[in-house]
Parts: sequence; C-alpha cells; structure tokens
Amino acid sequence: MSRLDIAIWLVFRRELTLAWRRRADIVVPWVFFAIVVSLFPLAIGPEPQTLRTIGPGVVWVGALLATMLSLGHIFDTDYADGSLEQLALAPHPLSLLVLAKVAAHWVLAGLPLVLIAPLLAVQLQMDIASLDVLVASLLLGTPVMILIGSVGAALTLGLRGGGVLVSLLVLPLYTPVLIFGASAAMSATQGTSAEMQLSLLGAFLALSLTFAPWASAAALRISLD
Amino acid sequence: MNWVKFFHMGGYAVFVWPSYGLSAVVLALNVILPLRERKRLLRGHNPGKHKSGRDSS
Amino acid sequence: MREYASPKLFYPLAGRLIPWLAAITAILMAWGLYLGLFDSPPDYQQGESVRIMYVHVPSAWMSMFVYVSMAAAGGAALVWKTKVSEMAASASAPIGASFTLLALVTGSLWGKPMWGTYWAWDARMTSELILFFLYLGYMALEASIDDPRRAARATAVLALVGVVNIPIIHFSVDWWNTLHQPASIGALNRLGKPTIAPSMLHPLLLMGLAYTFFYFTMLLVRIRNQILVRERNATWLAEALKEGR
Repeated sequence: MSRLDIAIWLVFRRELTLAWRRRADIVVPWVFFAIVVSLFPLAIGPEPQTLRTIGPGVVWVGALLATMLSLGHIFDTDYADGSLEQLALAPHPLSLLVLAKVAAHWVLAGLPLVLIAPLLAVQLQMDIASLDVLVASLLLGTPVMILIGSVGAALTLGLRGGGVLVSLLVLPLYTPVLIFGASAAMSATQGTSAEMQLSLLGAFLALSLTFAPWASAAALRISLD
Repeated sequence: MNWVKFFHMGGYAVFVWPSYGLSAVVLALNVILPLRERKRLLRGHNPGKHKSGRDSS
Repeated sequence: MREYASPKLFYPLAGRLIPWLAAITAILMAWGLYLGLFDSPPDYQQGESVRIMYVHVPSAWMSMFVYVSMAAAGGAALVWKTKVSEMAASASAPIGASFTLLALVTGSLWGKPMWGTYWAWDARMTSELILFFLYLGYMALEASIDDPRRAARATAVLALVGVVNIPIIHFSVDWWNTLHQPASIGALNRLGKPTIAPSMLHPLLLMGLAYTFFYFTMLLVRIRNQILVRERNATWLAEALKEGR
C-alpha cells in the first residue's frame, strides 16, 4: 500500500470512527427521510392509487432532501476544530482525501437511505417488483448528490446562512439526477425498462466522481485561505 | 394609424402591454440604480476624505 | 490587451466607451421596437400576442449569455487573478438575473394566450426557472462572504460548476418534458417556428442586439462603480476623478 492509499484509508476510517462517537447524529437524516415521505399521504390523502402514482417521485424527493440536510456534516466539524486545515496541508492530493471523506459520508448518510427506501415505497403502495429499480436508482443517485453537495458545502464553509444557503446552491444542480432517478423508479412501476435512465445515472456518477472531489478541494482551499 | 386598434393588440393587450411595460421597468431600474450608486460613490470621494493612499494598480 | 484588466487603465477606457455603447443600445432598441410593434405583421396563429416574442426571446437569450460571460469572467479571475475579471463577474449577476426574471414573466404572459395557461412546465420555461435559481444562489453566496477576495473566488467556482451543469440540466429537463407530455402538445416546445418570416426575424435580431449592447453598457457602469469602491484609496483614482475621467 502506498502512503497515499494509507492516507485515504485513514481519512475514511476516521470519518466513520468520529461519526460512531456521535451515533445519535447519524440517524437524523434517516429519520428525516421517513418523516418527509410520510408527509405526503398526510397532505394528499391515503388513497392507494394516488400514492402508487406519486410514490417513486416522493421517495426520490425525500432522499434528495435528506441527503441535502446532511451536507453540513461533511466538513463543518473538521473546519471548527482545525483538522480540515491539517488535511489541506497534508502532502497528499486534497481531492483524494476529500473523496475519502465523501465516501465515508455516503456510507453514513446515503447508503442507509437506499436501504430504508424499499420500506417507504411499500408504505406508498408501490409494487414490490419495482423496488429493485428504485434501489438501483438511489444507489447510483445518492453518491452523485453527495458529491455535488460536497462542492456546495466546501464553498459555504463557516458562512452564516449555513444549511439553507447550501440548499439554494445545490438544488438546481440536483435536478438532472432527480429527473432520471425518479423516472427510473416510475418506469419500473409501469413495467417499462429503466435501462436508459439508470445508464445516465451511472454516467452522472462517473462524471461527478471525476470532477467533484477536485472542485471541492479547490473550494476548500478558497474557504480556508 | 388606428391607435385604438394598436393599443387593443387584437384582444391581447392585457398580455402584450404588461410584457413590454415590465421589460421597460426592469431595464430602467438596471440603468437608474447603478447610476444613482455612482453618484453616491462620487459624493463620497469629493469631500477629499481619503488619505494619501498607495497606488494600487 | 491584458493591461486593461487592471482597474487603473480600465476605468477611463470604460468611461469613454459607455456613451457610445449607450447610443448604440438606444438606436437598436428604438429601431427594434418600431419594427416589432408597428412594422411587423401579426402571426397567423397567435395574432398580435406574437409581439411578446420581441421582448421575451431576447431576455431569454441574454439570461444565458450573461451567465456564460459571468462564468468566463470568473474563470479568468481564478486563473489570472485579475481584479477587473472579478468585478465583471460580480457586476453581471444582477443584470443576468433581471433578464431571467423578464424571460420568466414575459414567457408566462405569452403562454396564457398561446397555451391557455400561465405556466405549463414546458422544457424551456422550466430550464429558465432553474437558471433563475442558479443566479439567486450565486448572488446569495456572494452576499454571505464578507472578504471580497474569497467571495470572488468562491462565486467563480460556483459559476463554473453551474455553467458545466447547464447543458446537462437543459438536456434532462427536455427529456423530462417530452416524457410527460401527450403527443398532441408537442407544439408547446416550438418557441420559434422552424422558418420565421424575415419581417419577424429582423425585429427579433435587432432587439437581441439591443439587449446585448444594453448588457455591455450597464456592465461597464457597474464595474466602474465597483472600482470606485474597491480602489477608493488609490492615488490614480483621485487624479482620474479630478480630471473628470
């Protein structure tokens, strides 16, 4: 293992360790996801056919909002205690260390949403046969949202305005992921192929994996200077 | 030139004139506000209230 | 050419250009409005409501053009650290946001007679709405950062991320729109007809040019204002103002 590999692994592991020490905080986005989704039947009524129609969209919007809510946690605590500056000074490419942080963040705040989603989908009367596509779409889409979101989080480091500001910056950029993710899930409920949408989500993931860590690193340096 | 017919805009007056009107207002604001700001900034300069500064170009 | 990126040279140059640009803007605007309102025919389908096109489409064009310019200026500021580039980016934002707002409102007013609804979630208007949010985000970020240097660099990164995403957003919204529309409303997306009559094309192009020159004119005015603020302690500025430049 090279020193860079070790550094990346250590950053990744540190994120998980620190999060474990604040276990209660990790759960908040998951609960938020469940609550947001349940707001829709409360607002629109529990009629099964209606819920089945809006189900894919509602689950996706819930996952999007829960992801967005969690973005502040990526950098904020490290910024507050100075460890982010240390990371920036390390003799390794900051973009890769950022990628390690983002990956850990996805494990804590993205992957659980993917696992919870089927339960919420069933609540919304969605067809069980369509759940695999829903999960696949979220599996591809949540990392993209966290990657793009990390750029927003890096730009707004330490600013008043905080979470709402990040949301304003990042929500317009989420629209393509939302469109294709929700469409994939909806195609599955209608029995049509979601291959095109899932491929596009895969492409978005590849693009954001390539560019977002680099943009985030640049943004971090701007915020830290 | 039948002005009544012109302002009537074939029945679409309620859509056409607010479009042009709003465009005029927004563009006018985009002229007035920067020019007012310029006047305000120049007034701040003239009372000779800046210290002898270094040339910052 | 690169020297003009310094405020000291840019300020008087811009001062000399502004009257000319303003005059060109006024002439183009008057000519375009004359053709658009008086000398062009009503549309055989839309009647006189087609005249909204002459203020709607140029606004939409400019909303995009200004965002790209803003991102380009931001990129230049990041790469070459030039002050005038920073100011050009910052000054462009409110102008671009204004054009976007106009595009949305005039588009809505055009939509009601054309399609029967003030907002139809068609591809172009939805993309324009998202662009408006992008502008607002840019201006919100700039407003929340006190340090002008950090603000310039952060907004530059944001604008560049935005400009790269805009084609993706357009494509996605376009796809979303065709997916959810019954085939009969395909015509909704034809903002301009495939062949537009010259009598309508001329006022449209004139207004487009007029709006472009308007942007350049007011951009220079705003940049000069920013110079007055940021360079207020500079000796060259005091002298330039004394000489009435």
